[in-house]
Amino acid sequence: MKDELFTIEKNDLLCKGTYLMRLKGDTSRISGPGQFVNIKIEGLYLRRPMSIACYDFEGIDIIYKIVGKGTAEMAAMEPGDTLSCLCPLGNGFDLSQIPKHAILTGGGAGAMPIYQLAKILTDAGMAPHVVIGFNNEEEMFFAEEFKAVGCDLTIATMDGSVGVKGTVVDAMKKLKEEGKNDLAYACVCGPDPMMKAVSEITASGQYDLGGRMACGFGACMGCTIETAKGPARVCKEGPIFRQEDIIW
Amino acid sequence: MVDTRVSLAGVVLDNPIIPASGTFGFGREFSELYDISKLGSISFKGTTKDPRLGNEQPRIADCQAGMLNAVGLQNPGIGAVLMEEIPRLEKVFPKPLIANISGFSEDEFVALAEAMDKVQAVGIIEVNVSCPNVHAGGVNFASDRKETEKITRAVKAVTHKPVFVKLSPNVTDIADMAKGCEAAGADGISLINTLLGMRIDIKRRKPVLANRYGGYSGPGIFPVALRMVDQVRHAVDIPIIGMGGIATVDDVIEMIMAGASAVQIGAANLVDPWTCSRLVDELPERMEELGIESLDEIRGIA
Ligand SMILES: Cc1cc2nc3c(=O)[nH]c(=O)nc-3n(C[C@H](O)[C@H](O)[C@H](O)COP(=O)(O)OP(=O)(O)OC[C@H]3O[C@@H](n4cnc5c(N)ncnc54)[C@H](O)[C@@H]3O)c2cc1C
Ligand SMILES: Cc1cc2nc3c(=O)[nH]c(=O)nc-3n(C[C@H](O)[C@H](O)[C@H](O)COP(=O)(O)O)c2cc1C
Ligand code: FES
Repeated sequence: MKDELFTIEKNDLLCKGTYLMRLKGDTSRISGPGQFVNIKIEGLYLRRPMSIACYDFEGIDIIYKIVGKGTAEMAAMEPGDTLSCLCPLGNGFDLSQIPKHAILTGGGAGAMPIYQLAKILTDAGMAPHVVIGFNNEEEMFFAEEFKAVGCDLTIATMDGSVGVKGTVVDAMKKLKEEGKNDLAYACVCGPDPMMKAVSEITASGQYDLGGRMACGFGACMGCTIETAKGPARVCKEGPIFRQEDIIW
Repeated sequence: MVDTRVSLAGVVLDNPIIPASGTFGFGREFSELYDISKLGSISFKGTTKDPRLGNEQPRIADCQAGMLNAVGLQNPGIGAVLMEEIPRLEKVFPKPLIANISGFSEDEFVALAEAMDKVQAVGIIEVNVSCPNVHAGGVNFASDRKETEKITRAVKAVTHKPVFVKLSPNVTDIADMAKGCEAAGADGISLINTLLGMRIDIKRRKPVLANRYGGYSGPGIFPVALRMVDQVRHAVDIPIIGMGGIATVDDVIEMIMAGASAVQIGAANLVDPWTCSRLVDELPERMEELGIESLDEIRGIA
C-alpha cells in the first residue's frame, strides 16, 4: 500500500446517479480484480473506499454511485484534479479457485470488479457466464463493454426493459433450468441482500463484501465481521471472502 | 541539536510521539509502511482478559473534523497478546511499550496488570477505565472517582511498572478525577479518551452506529483535549500523556505547552498512516525554528 496521487483523466456520468472516474497514476502494486482504494476527499475526514473496477498500466477506473456528501463531491471534480488514494487495499479474487464455467455476477455499480474478472478469465481460456443486473434500461451501463469481452452474458432488469425480468438470482435460476450452468461456483459483487440471495442458490464461490470502513488497511478494527474462521477485517482479510466462510 | 527526549515516570523516550491505543493495532500494518522503531513508544490495542469480537456493524461514522467509533474493544485477549502480538512487536520495536488494558471488573484489571507486569517489553501500563463495570449495572468506571481510585490502587498493588490512568472526557470535573488517581498512587495520567457522540442516517431515520453512540475523536476534539490537559496539569504533579485530535507538529508543541510530557496520536493514523513517522521527523526541525532547545523548557509554559 502507498499513498498515491492520482490525476483525474475523466469523470463521466454513466447513467442516472452513477459515474465512471478514470484516474491516472501508479498501478504497479495492484495484484488483481477485487482490490480497492481509499480516497481522500477535500473537506471530509475519513477516506471513502471504492473498488478498483478496472486497472491497466496507466491507471484505474472507479465506478461510483452518488449516495452522500463524499460521492457528490467526487462527481463535482474535473479532469486534471488530483486525488490521494491509499492503493491498493485488500485481497482480490483468488483466481486459482475459479472453475472454467463459473458465474460472475454483479448488481448496479457493484458489477464493476466483475468486468475485469471476466476479461482476465476469458483471456486465460476459461468460459465464465456473466450475469449483470440493473433496475431498468435507464440505469444500465457497460452492457456493450461486457459484450465485447466475448463471454456468455445475461442481463437482468427489474422492470424487464432489457433481458430477463427480475434480479440476477432470477436470471441464474433460469440458466440452471435451461441447463446452461449448474451454479456450482459464483463470483459475486453487489448489495448485501443480492449477494446473500445468490449464496442461497450456488454451491460455492467468492463474494465482494463492503460495509463502513475507517482506515481500510487493518489498523482500527472498524470493519470486522464474524466469519466461520473467526473474526475477520473486511479491509484486510477481505474484501473477497469464500462462500463457506461467510456468516450472512 | 535540539533535545526531543522526554521522561514518563522514569521511562525515557527518544521523542514524545506515541500512536494511541486502538489506532495502531499491534503495529504490524504500520511496520510494513515505515520503520516504527523511530517512534517514542507505542500504546497497543486495548487488551482485555478474554478475546472480544467487539460491537455489531456498523462501528464507524464520519463526522465534521473527526470520526465516531464503536469498535467495542475488539482484541484477541491477553493470552494471544502475550504469546503472539507482543513477541512479534518487540522484534520491530525494541523500546519500552505502553500496555493499554481494559477490564469489566476490578479482578480483570488486576489479572491484566499482573500479566503485563511480567512482560519485559512493557515499560508502562496504561489503564483504560472507559468501560462499563459489569458488577455495577454497567456504569462506566471512568465516570466515578471512587471506582477509578479503586482500580488504580488495585493495579498499583500488583505491579512495579509505572501506571498511567487513561481518563475519559465524559465527566463533570476532569481535574478532580486526576487528583483521585494521583491520591491512589497513579504514576501518570493519559488523557483524553474519545467524547461520546452520535450520528443519524436521515434516509434510514436510524442511528448510523449499531451501538447508537460512539467515541468522537479527530481534530475537532483538540481544543477540548488541550483545555483538559491544562486543567489536569494544574491539579496534579504527575506526568501527563496528552492526546485528542493531534495531527500536526504544531499540535504536538501546543499539547506540550499545555503541560503534557508526551503525546499520543489516534485517528490521524487512520486517515494518513504516515502521520507519526512524519511528526517524529518534523519535531526537531520545528523546535529549531521556534528556538526551543528541549521539550522540558516549554512544558506547561502557556
Ligand atoms: C471495499 C469497498 C468498496 C466499495 N466500492 C464501491 C464502488 O466501487 N462504487 C460505489 O459506488 N461504492 C462503493 N463502496 C461504497 C462507498 O464507499 C460508499 O458509498 C461511500 O463511502 C459513501 O460516501 P458518501 O460520503 O457519499 O456517503 P455518506 O454521506 O457517508 O453516507 C450517505 C449514505 O451512504 C451510505 N454509506 C456510507 N458509507 C457506506 C459504505 N461504506 N457502504 C455502503 N453504504 C454506505 C450511508 O448509509 C448513507 O445512507 C465501497 C465500499 C467498500 C467498503
Ligand atoms: C478506532 C479507535 C479505537 C480506539 N480504541 C481504544 C482502545 O482500545 N483503548 C483506549 O484506551 N483508547 C482507544 N481509543 C481512543 C484513542 O486511543 C484516543 O484516546 C482518542 O481517539 C483521542 O485521540 P485522537 O483524537 O487522536 O484519535 C480508540 C480510538 C479510535 C479512533
Ligand atoms: S477499516 Fe480499519 S481495520 Fe478495516
